[in-house]
Amino acid sequence: MEFLVVVKRDCETCQMVGPVLAGLKEALPLTLYSQDDPAFPEEAGGARDDRGLEESWRRKIEVVPTVIRIEDGEEIERTEGWDRNEWQRITGQGDLGAGLPDFKPGCGSRSVEPGMPERLSLQFGGMHLVARAIEVAEMEDPMEIAYDRGWTDGLPTVPPTDLRIARMLSGTTRKPDEIIGLIPPNLAECSIEKVAISAVMAGCRPEYMPVVLAVVEAALKPEFSMHGLLATLGFAGPVVIVNGPITKRIGMNSKGNALGQGNRANASIGRTLQLLIRNMGGGIPQEIDRSVLGNPGKYTFCFAEDEDDEDWVPLNVARGATPGTSSVTLFHGDGVQGCVAWHSRTPEDVSRSLAMSLLSVCHPKVCEWSKALLVLCPDHYKIFQQNGWGRPEIEAALRDALKRPGRELIRGAQGVPEGIDPARADEIVDKFHEEDGLLVVRAGGKGAGQSAIIGGWPAQRRVEEIKIVSQEVGI
Amino acid sequence: MRNQNYVMRDPTAEISPVLRERLAPGKDLSKATIGLLSISKERSDEFLDAVAKNLSDQGLNVLRFQKPTYTRPAPEAIIQEMVERCDVAVVGLAD
Repeated sequence: MEFLVVVKRDCETCQMVGPVLAGLKEALPLTLYSQDDPAFPEEAGGARDDRGLEESWRRKIEVVPTVIRIEDGEEIERTEGWDRNEWQRITGQGDLGAGLPDFKPGCGSRSVEPGMPERLSLQFGGMHLVARAIEVAEMEDPMEIAYDRGWTDGLPTVPPTDLRIARMLSGTTRKPDEIIGLIPPNLAECSIEKVAISAVMAGCRPEYMPVVLAVVEAALKPEFSMHGLLATLGFAGPVVIVNGPITKRIGMNSKGNALGQGNRANASIGRTLQLLIRNMGGGIPQEIDRSVLGNPGKYTFCFAEDEDDEDWVPLNVARGATPGTSSVTLFHGDGVQGCVAWHSRTPEDVSRSLAMSLLSVCHPKVCEWSKALLVLCPDHYKIFQQNGWGRPEIEAALRDALKRPGRELIRGAQGVPEGIDPARADEIVDKFHEEDGLLVVRAGGKGAGQSAIIGGWPAQRRVEEIKIVSQEVGI
Repeated sequence: MRNQNYVMRDPTAEISPVLRERLAPGKDLSKATIGLLSISKERSDEFLDAVAKNLSDQGLNVLRFQKPTYTRPAPEAIIQEMVERCDVAVVGLAD
């Protein structure tokens, strides 16, 4: 039987138990480690030097002082802080610490200070990164190297150093070498480590990792067709809508300017996917990315739905998720088109105005091609809600208002060659497909009745092949 | 900036070499504009005049540029002008 005790001078409890440790060291085979000063505790003649924290890391010390009883090289039990009864029981020694209080909590171990576990894990072999190392010479700027190597989307990236990657990986329980899937267009095998590297570069915090991983998994579902979305001539890119409690835990924006700049989580989560497509998948504009114009959302397009109103059914729940769970939904979306409707006072007014704007998605005369994402602003939603309208009523009213006589829409009608098959002239035609043709979410700030329309990708007309996808956020 | 032992990890699929590849030379020079840059070293003009004549005789479009001095890097304005007007650059680096 032997004993091991870890202390630090910068801890009142450790200082208080100095004389106790001196006595124990005389009576027992006891090894002392000090995290900040090997001369401490003086009463016990000092301690072994653990300023490098290797012993503390290997022993998973969280609090000082910690007393550990070891038999045949195996830890049997431990106690943290000063607790006279516990110390006496573990050491088998009586009358410890006469004059001391019965109990005094310890202090945090230096090995668990913020960022330290990842640093120690890299240093002492708990974590092995396998991505190729790129050395930065003395006079080089790592930011410029990222540009020179084509790693960026045009904006600066955070240099992916080992420590930053290790901290990013601390945000998930998944192992760095696990393969999450094949990243299009080159179908490169992608590990969790590579996702973490892109997350670092995009500016994520470690706690965003569960959402990032869900986004990547959703994008890799075959029915989302990330390859086609990247290679398309169209405007669209992946638009990420995040639902559930995770959005508040990581500080996402679902309120004012939710679709715009300024929120770290919104910005960096969406950007991580784009950097992965670029760097792992090889999706480079004017190469495999054939987009005629693109859209600014191809830097990043990610926001949270506003779920603060209990009457509202959030998007993920409407799509089958259990209430209270977190998930991401990916839509193939163009840029934002506004529907400014300030004079609408009744739910019918609002839905007719929104529908009129929605008709221009893809092309005013084209039907059942691109889908659409409608981001309902608070002022518009309030009118619906005050009249007892929820998601089903709003969706039904929009669907009705989006029906038109085929005669006005056939090719050539209104002097415009675009349009639907002339054989449908006598039909009443829907603008969008019935299933998932129009997604409605809530976001934005108060002050004006102006909702946002995000037009979809024309390839969505292949309803059996191209689908909007959702993925639950794991850990 | 302290770059000692500064290492980044490669975010790509690692299918290209660590060192950046050079651009492949253009295959068809018949419609290219070729810029000749003198770095202002002694007698470089004589050499570049001969190169220019050789290229012009082949019917190629040649433009001439000159750094103010070989003791300093080329001013950004000269580099930008070459990027704007030329498809190919030839630099006379030494005598």
